[in-house]
Amino acid sequence: MTLVHFLLLLFLVVCAFFVGRTKDLISATIVFSAYSLTMALLWQQLASPDVAITEAAIGAGVTTLLLFAAISRTRRME
Amino acid sequence: MSDIIVRVVTRLMIPYLQLYGLYIILYGHNSPGGGFAGGTVIASSLILYVLAFGIDDEDLRLSPSVARIIESCGALAYVGIGLGGILLGANFLSNKAAGFPLGIPGRVFSGGTIVLLTVSIGLKVASTMITLFTNIAEKEGEDES
Repeated sequence: MTLVHFLLLLFLVVCAFFVGRTKDLISATIVFSAYSLTMALLWQQLASPDVAITEAAIGAGVTTLLLFAAISRTRRME
Repeated sequence: MSDIIVRVVTRLMIPYLQLYGLYIILYGHNSPGGGFAGGTVIASSLILYVLAFGIDDEDLRLSPSVARIIESCGALAYVGIGLGGILLGANFLSNKAAGFPLGIPGRVFSGGTIVLLTVSIGLKVASTMITLFTNIAEKEGEDES
């Protein structure tokens, strides 16, 4: 396990912690998008590029858009 | 949203996004990717178009009835290709045993019916994603239609 893997995993844990902790839902959505992008990089490093493509498209793309649309229909602060 | 930078960048990006999605779908049996990932990329390009040029304009976005028809056609094509295996005297979704030509490995049109199956999955996934987004994001009052 190289230093890059360690940094990516650390960033993943920090992102997951702040998604749970923050009260602003738009900030939580942005951090969750960063989480998904880091997860896609990690899937590629784990030698599963199929899952990486799907994670980048679903997690960082469509899920963020759907969460933004849902937040715009409800309220922003938790 | 009427920002000129967003509109110009979107207009420049969308052909490459859709070409990448088509590449992922058509090479799903040779390289990483497949119907689900490619369909999602195509759907996200169309969602980006709707976001940049306005969701309220009915002429720009893919209408829900057309999306519903495309979605049904994707599912029916999958089931129809599967039933074709039974009609040719083998199991459901059987490929080589039913006599489909396999072609040269590594080409685009190889692997029998797998290309057609991934294309139908891509159509269904793309139209489903667009329907999900437009159902959530459209304004109040249009929901009762």
